[in-house]
Amino acid sequence: MTFTTAEIWAVIVLLGLGTYLIRFSFLGLIGDRPMPPFVLKLLRYTPVAVLPGMVAPLVLWPGATGGEPDLARGLAALAAFGIGLATRSTIWAMLGGAGMLYAALFALG
Amino acid sequence: MTGSTPKSAYRRGLRDGAPFLIVLVPFALLFGVVATEAGLTPGQTMGFNVLVIAGAAQFTAVSLMQEGAPLFVVLSTALAVNLRMAMYSAALVPHLGAAPLWQRAVVAYMNVDQTYACSVVEYERRPDMTLAEKLAFFFGLATLILPFWIGFAWVGIYAAAAIPPAFALDFAMPIAFIAIIAPSLKSLAHVAAALTSVVAALLLAWLPSGLGLLLAAGCAMAVGAAVETVTERRA
Repeated sequence: MTFTTAEIWAVIVLLGLGTYLIRFSFLGLIGDRPMPPFVLKLLRYTPVAVLPGMVAPLVLWPGATGGEPDLARGLAALAAFGIGLATRSTIWAMLGGAGMLYAALFALG
Repeated sequence: MTGSTPKSAYRRGLRDGAPFLIVLVPFALLFGVVATEAGLTPGQTMGFNVLVIAGAAQFTAVSLMQEGAPLFVVLSTALAVNLRMAMYSAALVPHLGAAPLWQRAVVAYMNVDQTYACSVVEYERRPDMTLAEKLAFFFGLATLILPFWIGFAWVGIYAAAAIPPAFALDFAMPIAFIAIIAPSLKSLAHVAAALTSVVAALLLAWLPSGLGLLLAAGCAMAVGAAVETVTERRA
């Protein structure tokens, strides 16, 4: 972690404040005015637009192996993804991914 | 509903919120562990869980901080993950918009994925609920969900020290992200947005830390919205 203590707290406080303002926005300030449908549409895709792009490099070039692709971690990612798609359950995806990671790390030594 | 009161609505909220703990508890634990492994102090980790209360954004911020991304990039990417909550805020307006400002301010603090999803379903199922009942139901949900989110992160902080390196905790965060994403790919538009995000983020990975992701996210949102528009027109 190259962030200083002050920078870390700045992230926490500003992220907390920003997130609160987003949660408060319509309920507190804007009221019952309808949002433009275009904005609603963009908002619907924010998590699915950010998280996959964030995770892809972590899977392909894991920091723990110095950025070299790693079979065990790749298999674990595939298992978590497949189980998540099939069961629609976050918890099973997490458990399946962790199970595959440990099985593969053990089997591949 | 015969005999429905704010008290019974509160109890229903407690009961309906309880199943969410099965997913929430491991996530809170994991955040405690991952943030501690990344070098955050217990106070900082708890600061995230009390002030931000948004798992995906918290993991995003910690991951980018670890990569040494600039402050501005950490904040804008993590806030982008939370933009969906503007939708939650808007969804509650027809139901709770008439409450006094201070109550709406408290509801906003507690307006997280689980309380939003669960309360909107309940309000639509029982349109005859009074404002007091609706608020009581919402606070019933939050009564379990918030303390568990905060408490189990604290447990995770102390569990981190006990977990040996052989457990490859470096990969806990990617698995957590994938476990959030995969079940949410519920339409062609979601799949298109996710694919765009992955491809663009990998192509733009050469950009200074984190900026590529921000650009990729912008493209992916636009693609998701565009695909939704096209599929609607065809339907």
